[in-house]
Amino acid sequence: MRTTLVLRALPPLWAALCALAAASALTLLHGESPRELYRLLWAGTWGSAYGIGQVLFKATPLLFCGLGVAMALRAGLFNIGAEGQITVGAFAAALSGAALPAATPAWLALPTVLLCAFGAGAALGAVAGLFRWLAGAHEVIVTMMLNFVVRAAMVGLGGHVFLRESVHTAPVVAGAELPRLSRYLPALHGSAANASLLLGLLVCAGCALLLSRTRAGFVLRTLGSNEEAARAAGVHVGRTWTWALALAGGVAGLGGTNFVLGYKHYYEDGFSGGVGYMGIAVAVLGHNRPLGVLLAALLFGTLSQGGLAVHALVPRELIDVLTAVVLLTLAASQPAVQRLLQAQPGARREKEQDEKDKEGP
Amino acid sequence: MSAPPPLCEAVDLSVRYGSLWANRGVSLAVRPGEVVALVGENGAGKSTLLHALYGLVPLDGGQVRYHGQPVVPSPQRAIAAGLGLVHQHFMLVPPLTVAENVILGQEPRKHGLLDRRRAEEEVRALAVRHGLAIDPRRPVADLSVGEAQRVEILKVLYRGARLLILDEPTAVLTPAEAEGMLRVLRQLVSDPAGGRGLLLVTHKLDEVMAVADRVVVLRQGELVASLPAQACSPAEIARAMVGRELQPVRRHPRPAGPAEVALAVHELVVERDGVRRLDGVTLQVRAGEVLGIAGVEGNGQTELCAAVMGLLPVRSGSVQLASAAGLRDITHLPVRARREAGLAWVPEDRHRHGLVLDFSLADNLLLGHEGAFCTGWLPWLQVIDRRRLLRHGRQLLDEYDIQPPEVQAPARALSGGNQQKLVVARELSAQPRVILAAQPTRGVDVGAIQTIHAQLLGARDRGAAVLLVSAELDELQKLADRIAVLYRGRIRAVLDNPPSCPVQRARLGELMAGGMA
Repeated sequence: MRTTLVLRALPPLWAALCALAAASALTLLHGESPRELYRLLWAGTWGSAYGIGQVLFKATPLLFCGLGVAMALRAGLFNIGAEGQITVGAFAAALSGAALPAATPAWLALPTVLLCAFGAGAALGAVAGLFRWLAGAHEVIVTMMLNFVVRAAMVGLGGHVFLRESVHTAPVVAGAELPRLSRYLPALHGSAANASLLLGLLVCAGCALLLSRTRAGFVLRTLGSNEEAARAAGVHVGRTWTWALALAGGVAGLGGTNFVLGYKHYYEDGFSGGVGYMGIAVAVLGHNRPLGVLLAALLFGTLSQGGLAVHALVPRELIDVLTAVVLLTLAASQPAVQRLLQAQPGARREKEQDEKDKEGP
Repeated sequence: MSAPPPLCEAVDLSVRYGSLWANRGVSLAVRPGEVVALVGENGAGKSTLLHALYGLVPLDGGQVRYHGQPVVPSPQRAIAAGLGLVHQHFMLVPPLTVAENVILGQEPRKHGLLDRRRAEEEVRALAVRHGLAIDPRRPVADLSVGEAQRVEILKVLYRGARLLILDEPTAVLTPAEAEGMLRVLRQLVSDPAGGRGLLLVTHKLDEVMAVADRVVVLRQGELVASLPAQACSPAEIARAMVGRELQPVRRHPRPAGPAEVALAVHELVVERDGVRRLDGVTLQVRAGEVLGIAGVEGNGQTELCAAVMGLLPVRSGSVQLASAAGLRDITHLPVRARREAGLAWVPEDRHRHGLVLDFSLADNLLLGHEGAFCTGWLPWLQVIDRRRLLRHGRQLLDEYDIQPPEVQAPARALSGGNQQKLVVARELSAQPRVILAAQPTRGVDVGAIQTIHAQLLGARDRGAAVLLVSAELDELQKLADRIAVLYRGRIRAVLDNPPSCPVQRARLGELMAGGMA
């Protein structure tokens, strides 16, 4: 048990060390002081109230997309389509929010736009599920292709719905806006962190409860762990694929609210910046568990905001390198750390226990 | 001249996994010309002992000797000393031919290139010499399980093994194949020129009696008996294995008078990959009856169960299940509806169809019975009643004597026998009308077999209809009220099997091989 804990804790530490070493080396090569880099990095993220706000703002869509990928993975499905799903979610939220009468109260406007955002993402996810169910098309291909379809559709639709000489839609009505967190916590003044984060936390908790407590979550996990056993137990596999991908798409679609309802109040072309693809890394790093996804989203939010903070000192790309180093070390260190521990006499037993378990009939 | 030293010897050998002793103070020797059978329940430490002798597991005490010399065992040393381990699961490369698999790692060369012709000649000669007839040029992927097993044995013989160590070699073989295999093994050892010995792990006591010179019984990691095979009975060995007297499972005659038909299969035709696997099967199982399905594997048993469960599409014919309002056609119902109508399935491959190994025992008991433990108004947001599930789980673990009795432990941590008991417990606990039990005791130890047999008969006595598919003739004779023989997708014959005068094995064997009814 103790060894397991160490096994879980070591890879992130190891990744952080590698990332620090790589960052220091690159900064030195660039002719700047690593100490200054870290000072800026800290001050721009967790070292100031504004920094914290911005980290939370960046982490919010990552949380939604990460959950969208993770929920599908728990059902044994690879949802590569979070990018398309968050895009249509944002688009649907913006259009529905702008179409409401100007005086619509928040209690009516917010649920409506949230439902539209969820519904648009869910529809896109369900398409992939239906393709898998009825045509046997692998969801990796379908969701990835749908990303391109959405991209193209946005370009085509943009000409009709964007305001003249801009790449954004009309703003949503006041009732559909999500308030900034600085309204309640004045210290966060200036940061774009908004109530979409609270929605994200709710969805995160909802996903956790769904997985652990409900019949639907049980069916989803069963399908993800052993498809044949699920079939034998009476699970309708195709239907479950479809609703699992719809749920995943809907959750990712809600991620669009961060920008559209909480920040700019309109849909803008290219707002996502590839956050849907980052969601895959977030889900994997978070071991597909809602709490893990939350932590991973915060880490990637920190790195993303940190990149902006150190921009004056080193090129922004340095932080991209850091992100890559963190990802690579995390991916590589899990087995490496395990081997290291197994080389020690105390830890050797665990492996043998595994072997013993396999000692079958 | 003194007697030759044992080929391999364990002296006071101990292996520990954490706080658990997998082997404790085990001493064992195999001499040339001797067949030693190693028996014990699942998890008694048999495989660990083999692995320790072969150097796959480090020792925590005691000594291993090859040819009388103490060594620190390692697979390299073991092979050099003439030990050949045949794993329970095949370690063959399917696309390569028999000869290529056999010579892999010791390829004969000519001018630095593989001498394929010589390899094939050598393998052919070796096969003929030992009565393991097989064409060296066939790809392993095309072989039957029994033939693949022969290749495994040829592999160790090719490396000059003198002590063959076999981990349940007959577990996957049909009765006829198993008999042939045992005969070959016996010959290998009795050949005085070879100086060979055999260490055999098995669950089947009749096999032990048939080939072994000596029986070594392990229980909870300790050696509890080492007896000459001639001097003991299967019952004695079974008692040593489980450490208590086993109550024989008795089938009481069915009450007189016709019972209602619980499962009726009519002219069922099933095709798979373009091949007709079931070719018009008609059978009926009555309430309170066990209908055994005998047959060599691959004659449609798997498809019969899958089609009745609703996992395979039916080409024509029908499946009917008893309901409160008489027989009801379920031919086109989905799996869930069939389960709800009172159908239960103990699948032959528990890892593939029966369990989710990463789930806890409790979650595995929930599988397929979600409806019974979930509450809520919205069907898709029903909440699992954990408290009730855990209580139900503890009760079942106790009733079926599943070890360890930890409802939260992952299913992966259980031994094979306990995993199987878990599946049977789940399927029988919902009081089904009809139970499909496919190979319910395959690869399971005597203690678990007894529990499973008793529970199946218990369900029968409570009025359930049991369709029992088994490759074990003993099992069929013991449990089935009637035995149907399935041959090439057709029912060949249905024989009555009353407890007082069971069907003759020879008769069954003849029908299974396609003989006239």
